[in-house]
Amino acid sequence: MEGLLEKVLSLSVLLGMLTSGIRLATPYLYAAIGETFGQRSGVLNLGVEGQMLMGAFAAFYVTWRTGNLLLGLLAAVVVGALMGLAMAVVTVNLHAEQGISGIGFYLFGLGMSDLLFQKLLGTVRTVEPFPDLPIPLLSDIPLLGPVFFRHNVLVYAAYLLVPLAWFVLNKTTLGLNIRSVGENPEAADSLGISVARVRYFTIILGGVLSGIAGAALSVGLLGVFQQNMTSGLGFIAVALVYFGAWRPLGVLAGALIFSLVNAMQLWVQVLGVPIPSELAVMMPYILTIVVLVLTVSRARPPSALTKPFEREA
Amino acid sequence: MKRLTDVLFDALLPLLAASLALLVGAVFLMVMRVNPLTAYAALVEGAFGTPNAVAETLVKATPLLLVGLGICIAFQANVINIGGEGQMIVGAILGTLVGLTFTDWPGWVVIPLAMLTGFVGGALWGGIPGVLKAYFNVNEILSTVMMNAIAVQIMNYLLRGPMIDPVQKAMASEIPQTAALEMAFRLPRWVPTRLHLGTLLAVVLAVVVHVFLWHTVWGYRIRAVGKNPDASRYAGIPVKRYTVLALLLSGAFAGLAGVVQVYGVNYRMITDGSASGFTGNAGFNGIVAALFGGLHPLGTVPASVLFGALLVGANKMQRAVQVPSALVIALNGLVVVFVVSSEYWRRRRQRRRMALQREAEAPRPVQETAAASSASGGQD
Amino acid sequence: MFRNPLFRLLLVFGLALGLLAACKGQQPATPAAEEAKKPFRVAVVMPSAINDLAFSQSMYDALVAIQKERGEENFQFVYSDGMYVVDDAAAAIRDYATQGYDLVIAHGSQYGSSLQEIAPDFPNTSFAWGTTVETFGLPNVFAYEAASEQGGYVNGVMAAMLTKSGVIGVVGPIETGDAKRYVDGFVAGVKATKPDATVNVNWIGSFSDVSLAAEAAKTHIAAGADVMTGTAQMVVGAIGVAKEHGVLWFGTQADQTSLAPEIVVANQVYHWEVVLNQMIDLIQQGTLGGRSFAIDLANGGIVMVYNPQFDLPDDVKAAAEKTIEGIKKGEITIPLK
Repeated sequence: MEGLLEKVLSLSVLLGMLTSGIRLATPYLYAAIGETFGQRSGVLNLGVEGQMLMGAFAAFYVTWRTGNLLLGLLAAVVVGALMGLAMAVVTVNLHAEQGISGIGFYLFGLGMSDLLFQKLLGTVRTVEPFPDLPIPLLSDIPLLGPVFFRHNVLVYAAYLLVPLAWFVLNKTTLGLNIRSVGENPEAADSLGISVARVRYFTIILGGVLSGIAGAALSVGLLGVFQQNMTSGLGFIAVALVYFGAWRPLGVLAGALIFSLVNAMQLWVQVLGVPIPSELAVMMPYILTIVVLVLTVSRARPPSALTKPFEREA
Repeated sequence: MKRLTDVLFDALLPLLAASLALLVGAVFLMVMRVNPLTAYAALVEGAFGTPNAVAETLVKATPLLLVGLGICIAFQANVINIGGEGQMIVGAILGTLVGLTFTDWPGWVVIPLAMLTGFVGGALWGGIPGVLKAYFNVNEILSTVMMNAIAVQIMNYLLRGPMIDPVQKAMASEIPQTAALEMAFRLPRWVPTRLHLGTLLAVVLAVVVHVFLWHTVWGYRIRAVGKNPDASRYAGIPVKRYTVLALLLSGAFAGLAGVVQVYGVNYRMITDGSASGFTGNAGFNGIVAALFGGLHPLGTVPASVLFGALLVGANKMQRAVQVPSALVIALNGLVVVFVVSSEYWRRRRQRRRMALQREAEAPRPVQETAAASSASGGQD
Repeated sequence: MFRNPLFRLLLVFGLALGLLAACKGQQPATPAAEEAKKPFRVAVVMPSAINDLAFSQSMYDALVAIQKERGEENFQFVYSDGMYVVDDAAAAIRDYATQGYDLVIAHGSQYGSSLQEIAPDFPNTSFAWGTTVETFGLPNVFAYEAASEQGGYVNGVMAAMLTKSGVIGVVGPIETGDAKRYVDGFVAGVKATKPDATVNVNWIGSFSDVSLAAEAAKTHIAAGADVMTGTAQMVVGAIGVAKEHGVLWFGTQADQTSLAPEIVVANQVYHWEVVLNQMIDLIQQGTLGGRSFAIDLANGGIVMVYNPQFDLPDDVKAAAEKTIEGIKKGEITIPLK
């Protein structure tokens, strides 16, 4: 047992876990940051998973047809934006219950991406995914270089998105508008901010980022599309927004904790630690809750979350 | 007062919205060179065409209704419970354990005991997020998503390990399922269909939940907490406790739904590795059914039947015209989006009605009357 | 009420749809066009998509092969894919039986319980289910299974000979059924050939999580694996990783060569048509069930397909062929569990 513990805690294993965790967190970051924008403006989108699947398929299909990864990524952006647009019409203009419409969009994306996959691809196919792009000099740092600086461009971009999102939300007028629409839409409206326009922006942005999250899987990390390949990832992403208390840095922490524990459970199995595989698989889910319980936060959701806005006549 | 046209409008609106969604679906069908007429005829026939079809629809509707009842309670307290899948699983595991343990007890003891156990199991799995929310500020969406995943892994472990059917244990295939329940423990059925007593139970419980929410003090408080937590706190209602109670009850009904699936339909637990293999997504679809029913326990009854009909009919359509089942899922999603959007017109109509009512009741200010009469004069 | 244009629109659509539905009586009856020569009709219910490059596809491909062999006028089949919800599958099985198909196949071990209940109600219809050996003592139920440990063993022998690092990685879904048999066989094959080799097994707890499967593969590689295998539809993620890192891959359930011709060494491929043809012949002779079948190396239902683009060393191929012969003759027995 002691030997085993030593094996689990050896340097190479720890570095391996770190690398895996950083990679695994990528799709969560895109999707959860997108969801953060939406929720900050008062819109809960449970359809992230569906948007991711559609984005993953669009990116894969276009890349497969054209051989151009950037075109594929663009396709994911467009499809994500369209899914977001539909969500915006339904929740902003028609005031539909947000949670339920999200479930509807999830089912639509789940079915439609699978249908398109069957009809347009016919079978599982592969493309050459975004190549790893070692950053000169930095990637040569002993030990930590390969951990942090040998990933594909979509991985780096995901991490750059975090400070960018923080900046936009906290230091720009746009961010201020988003936050005030989410906290007090009536007041924002009286100040001349168009609640509808802000929410359209955040929901579509959320769709775009979810689409990219899907692309980060299908053409970023994997180079393959398979039915239901996100496998619940989109729901985890929504959960991570709550973990992060609607702050990009909090979301980053949540995504990293979840992914690192997930990486750890893979290692636990690979190293032959004698526990049932199911217990290993459960670990990230349990630990995410435990961490949140231990760090009892006082954060509260945006006041107008899930509440449609309607101008008093 | 609601007029007949209003009632009709409220009832027909979701149907029309669903039809509109299917009309969009018709485009997809035509692209796939399938005649939408044939397809949708099969859908209707599959849901209502024969006594067996109706029975299948009701069987499908039962877990939706049970989960939906819990959702009604949670929504009244302003809590979203998307943990129905996990709660169904935990309820079913505990309920099944009862049936597999007390094999020589009479059915009239074991069945209620199993249901009670499942009810408690679901309550536990729903209560944990409740406690986490009320006392640790852990959002219920986060905790329920995580606990769904945990429940699936527990089920997979138990069904391939400690709870596996001894017959399967001996075979090479080792199918992850429990032993079958004793004949005496199976809910009575309307032979030769699968319609079972659980459906009736669910309808009875809909009435019970209605009474609970609108005619008991607990129900009143749950609603008060949902409407305005600050005012409730001021009025001396222990808000946290009622938040926990709402999630707990919501989970309990999902847990019961899980037990009813085992004792009424499958007679054993089987896993394909995912939650939906066992739950049939009822943990999510029940939320949709509750919303279609206006978040009212009695409204959830017809809403569940309609949603069940859609699910059963769409599968029949898949068989009749041989489209991939993926299309059925996409259509399902479209219907949900369209129906939930159609609520807009219902609300608008309701508002107008209320405005009219107010206008009729309130004495009109003189100026406005004058303006109105002058306007009508202009029309003449 | 009728002044609202959107509402009017809804109403029109609704009425139109109602009309459409009312027309259903006029649809032409599908089967039994020619009484003289009725084709053999099969319906199959499957848990995932027909193109999953794994379990469901293996059955679909088999039915297509039989149709090609017997001709469309003699053999027809319909399918319900994506029937992962067990009670939906039960409804589908019953419905197909009601429609008078000659053979209804429940292609998923989780459907057995439902079949046990349905089959007695249709004594003139033949049912088949897999993968198992259990026919419940019913005269109209066939059972079929794949001796997937055999191909696993052969793959294991080759893997043991090809590994230089002595570390082999396995990615699986959940620890049961066909997946477990394959992995058990694979591990036995490795151990029999190279007792000191390490086989790391990773059950990711899901049939669909492609990215976790990929990360599991990366973990294996980081732990030193230079040969990998895996089973079920989510392993396509792991194959991509293997390709990227130049790690050898052994496939099962379907021929996965097309995904990575550079590194796929060999695949265990299922040919259910071997047992299906036997069943069909029996049914046509009047025997509707009561027997269980297995595809294996000996009856040609399991075939080892080498990747022609991979330069397999002669000694490894010879060892594989010898192992196949040994298993066929029963000289090699594979301990399960």
